[in-house]
Amino acid sequence: MKLSREEVLHIARLARLGLTESEVDRFSEQLSHLLENFEVLQQVDTTDVPPTAQSIPLQNVTKDDEVAASLPPGQILANAPRKEGEYFRVKAVLE
Amino acid sequence: MIINQLTIHEAHELLKARQLSSVELTKACLERINQTEPKVHALVTITEELALKQAEKADQLIAKGDAHPLTGIPAIIKDNMCTRGIPTTCSSKMLQNFIPPYDATVVEKLNGCGAVIMGKSNMDEFAMGSSTEHSAFFPTHNPWDPSRVPGGSSGGSAVAVAADETIYALGSDTGGSIRQPAGFCSVTGMKPTYGRVSRYGLVAFASSLDQIGPLTKDVTDCAIVLNAIAGYDNRDSTSVPEPTPDYTQCLTTDLKGLAIGVPKEYFVQGMQKEVETAMRAAINRLEELGAKVDWKVSLPSTPYALAAYYIIAPSEASANLARYDGVKYGFSYTDTDSMWEALEKTRQFGFGDEVKRRIMLGTYALSAGYYDAWYLKAQKVRTLIRREFDQAFEKYDVLVTPTSPTLPFRIGEKLDDPLQMYLSDVCTLPINIAGLPAISIPAGFGDGLPIGMQLIGKPFGEEAILKVAYAYEQATEWHKRRAGI
Repeated sequence: MKLSREEVLHIARLARLGLTESEVDRFSEQLSHLLENFEVLQQVDTTDVPPTAQSIPLQNVTKDDEVAASLPPGQILANAPRKEGEYFRVKAVLE
Repeated sequence: MIINQLTIHEAHELLKARQLSSVELTKACLERINQTEPKVHALVTITEELALKQAEKADQLIAKGDAHPLTGIPAIIKDNMCTRGIPTTCSSKMLQNFIPPYDATVVEKLNGCGAVIMGKSNMDEFAMGSSTEHSAFFPTHNPWDPSRVPGGSSGGSAVAVAADETIYALGSDTGGSIRQPAGFCSVTGMKPTYGRVSRYGLVAFASSLDQIGPLTKDVTDCAIVLNAIAGYDNRDSTSVPEPTPDYTQCLTTDLKGLAIGVPKEYFVQGMQKEVETAMRAAINRLEELGAKVDWKVSLPSTPYALAAYYIIAPSEASANLARYDGVKYGFSYTDTDSMWEALEKTRQFGFGDEVKRRIMLGTYALSAGYYDAWYLKAQKVRTLIRREFDQAFEKYDVLVTPTSPTLPFRIGEKLDDPLQMYLSDVCTLPINIAGLPAISIPAGFGDGLPIGMQLIGKPFGEEAILKVAYAYEQATEWHKRRAGI
């Protein structure tokens, strides 16, 4: 199991994570080493074993659709790095 | 009497009898914080003014005869639980300036009891780590030997309790993050059953594994804090609508008739001699207390738990941490006109090394072409691990293992070797995979360093593990030793 530089860059792009050159090298080596060790999973016979997503039997938890108080916009926007009026300000999405 | 060394139940009795005021107790803890913080660095934020205000209010409640067991008792909260108006950083540059507009349910509940919140504790960034060295701010030091790690990720909370800076603390546990530092610092730490305590307002790391729990000076205190924080909450749809018992009622010292199993796979290769010796002695002690111990239990999928965990947890983390885009809150890189560059650089500069490593690992395991071989496979192994626990609990009331295979290691020792770091959770992470409750209690020392014993229960079986923990604690003195800092 060896992750190439190209694969590391591909994963970083999927995760929208900028990496420096040295991080690409380091992660390529470290992730390869980890995945090599995690390959033991392939030895386990999981024929007819269903996957477990979480450990409690709850499913499809629903709530009544009731109007309730929510935080005022001013408080929601208080942590925004950039805002304009009652909006979050973002970079242009379409160029 | 050194009042900041008191337990919750001792302090409560003194407060009720008006032999001590909450203001005095709070001031003693704040003084201790000033004295020890330069050596241990357990805290990210100290809320002295708020604490003294809450203490005055608590004293008024107590004067009216309105004292809950936690009224007026100082607490420290791990810095990944939202506190309204108080920074909640997750020890990350990403959230360094984040001030939540609301309280986490557990914080709301403690405030409802008249608690005194003294500050927020240091942690591995976004709770990813086993040593608190991955904090973006500073590492926390073990009070038993400041050249060693306190464990993690709730290292700050464990140290604050162990150094008597606080009477108790809250932590969170995704793969051992309460129990492993509790073991390394000689305090009591519990991860309740998945669904037992609301995670509303806990910054999400791996949503199918995360759970909040207490770090305390003894088992009675653990039960008292669990009483205060457990229960259904409709704001966390994974919280379970099961009735919550009074956990202090199960604390008895007679273990007669109780069946305890020792899974042999937990006495792993690489386990330190001192830990093994202490564990054997501790388990013999449980036998002397009346329990029936079976040393030959087998949970054969245990050797695969580490790999399954380090696929599942990073996968969930990579999805949860996608929200940090520099738009709504948190660090934001703005020195570009490109939206994509801003996004990538926000995450490049906002996240530290371990967080990036896990995002990468998780993104890989979930990506097209690898999903079945890694993520789905890990989820199937998860089923096997849970089944083996379920089968074991048909025969045994409680399972017992070491909390960690090693003594607290040196600061820096495992920082460049992620796999070695991950291995320090090898005894605790299977419990999160299965969603079970487990507690770590002080069970001895090796070379003057703490050793923890882990007791595991069936789902919603917190009472059984508290009972065994209490019986052992009452028969031993380990929990009374103080770090000489």
